[in-house]
Amino acid sequence: MNIERSEIEKLATLARIAINDETISEVTARLSSVLELVDQLSAADTSAIENVANPLQATQRLREDEVAEINQREALQAIAPDTEAGLFLVPKVIE
Amino acid sequence: MHNLTIAELVKGLQSKEFSSVELTEHFLARIAEFNPGYNAVITITADQALKAAAAADARLAEGNAPALCGVPLLHKDIFCTEGVRTSCGSRMLDNFIPPYSATVVENFEKAGAVMLGKTNMDEFAMGSSNETSFYGPVKNPWAIDSVPGGSSGGSAAAVAARLAPAATATDTGGSIRQPAALCGITGLKPTYGRVSRWGMIAFASSLDQAGPMARTAEDCALLLGCMASVDDKDSTSIDHPVADYTASLNDSMQGLKIGVPKEYFSEGLNPGTEKAVRQALADLEAQGAQLIDISLPNSGLSVPAYYVIAPAEASANLSRFDGVRYGYRCEDPKDLQDLYTRTRAEGFGEEVQRRILIGTYCLSAGYYDAYYGKAQQVRQLIRKDFAEAFKQVDVILGPTCPSPAFKFGAKGDDPVAMYLEDIYTIATNLAGLPGMSVPCGMVEGKPVGLQIIGNYFDEALMLNVAHQYQQVTDWHRQAPEGIA
Repeated sequence: MNIERSEIEKLATLARIAINDETISEVTARLSSVLELVDQLSAADTSAIENVANPLQATQRLREDEVAEINQREALQAIAPDTEAGLFLVPKVIE
Repeated sequence: MHNLTIAELVKGLQSKEFSSVELTEHFLARIAEFNPGYNAVITITADQALKAAAAADARLAEGNAPALCGVPLLHKDIFCTEGVRTSCGSRMLDNFIPPYSATVVENFEKAGAVMLGKTNMDEFAMGSSNETSFYGPVKNPWAIDSVPGGSSGGSAAAVAARLAPAATATDTGGSIRQPAALCGITGLKPTYGRVSRWGMIAFASSLDQAGPMARTAEDCALLLGCMASVDDKDSTSIDHPVADYTASLNDSMQGLKIGVPKEYFSEGLNPGTEKAVRQALADLEAQGAQLIDISLPNSGLSVPAYYVIAPAEASANLSRFDGVRYGYRCEDPKDLQDLYTRTRAEGFGEEVQRRILIGTYCLSAGYYDAYYGKAQQVRQLIRKDFAEAFKQVDVILGPTCPSPAFKFGAKGDDPVAMYLEDIYTIATNLAGLPGMSVPCGMVEGKPVGLQIIGNYFDEALMLNVAHQYQQVTDWHRQAPEGIA
């Protein structure tokens, strides 16, 4: 199937990826070719099939809700791009 | 020393024929000498390795050494290693130094193994040629103008070039088996849930599985025994006893029922590859196995189903890379949106962005049922095909990939051409089944892989078949020119 350029722009917004005008037509063409491949699925008869998320149909193991992790704030923030007073900094959100 | 198998290295270390420090120095020297030609190793942890080797020697001297004590190995750069950069082949994580280690890495530490460094890979494990790595492509030691396969191409090339006796790897759609085939080594993707995914950077969580790469099946059996575990930190790891995978290696092939799926020998298969695989089947038949023609009728749907499920899960998993808590952040963001969108456009490569967009599309409002829902149903059809087949046969054999290693750039323009490289491997990931690749011949000087697919948790039987095959053939002992 063919995907419209405007749809690519919407997807890029949803996925939070900046796409520039130079590459958008190439991205559109390549995504269309992948979607063409994926469209082969529509021919499959799956009327008798239930959905499944885990290939082994395994159920999730449960455990007691106990504290197991130690506080590693300093180690975790040491690798952050920008922090202050134990918080992660981002550009100002509210004016 | 670099031509010895792990089984032989363990004996040599325990009998004090050589020390772990000597062994580690030997492999570090080989990495320094040969790696610049292959780009297989992207981080070398020499000081840490020599310290670990000295500690291993001390334990060996005490006489209570664990299974792999003193054996050097490489980890794919998808496994978090505490204090050692873990890039996942991406600019996004070029500066990421994890504060913890993956369970797989810890399991090998407990077994006494010595980490030499981290191996190159396709960015976020998305690729079949290693061309998507931020650190540049890995070269195939058998033909340096050709790809090593992917995504675990660095691990495969390093083992083939004898830069390490073994390496860890991961497989979401063929990323252990296809590079193992293209580099002429042995690699195993276990049953989904056999090996913990904790600390393994997620690509597609319902498909990802870690496994070993080495030169022989016996070595893979030793490695898997250390890697496999049930883990409270990975709720999808399965509480199933870990077998002694070496115990049944010498069982006879007499009466073994081998399924040969007709769909794996259809158009698109290189004639030389087919000839080598058919010869391997005949070799096993001569050892007493019985070949049975089978059909996996929905095989053709596995690539399309995969290219919905894997990108969909990837788009969710990779949403965590936002430039806020760790990893790459763009320069001078003007606002929060700009921070997110430019960080991700600059931090992710082209193929990763493509898959995120495809996944976002398949999960977006109005398309979910037609794509993700449908693909999950097709996945059930594929699983049922295998369940039917395993009522008649013990293992399923065929080619690992359609042709030997292709040249750099050969599949550059069309993502779909690259995706079809995994046409024989993807179905086992969708079904959660274990699969492995074993060297079985050469075409134009490049290795060919024989794929062995087993039933759930039948890794011991697959390793048994591979080991018996390696008793009567020597493809796994061959080395690229200039290496031995």
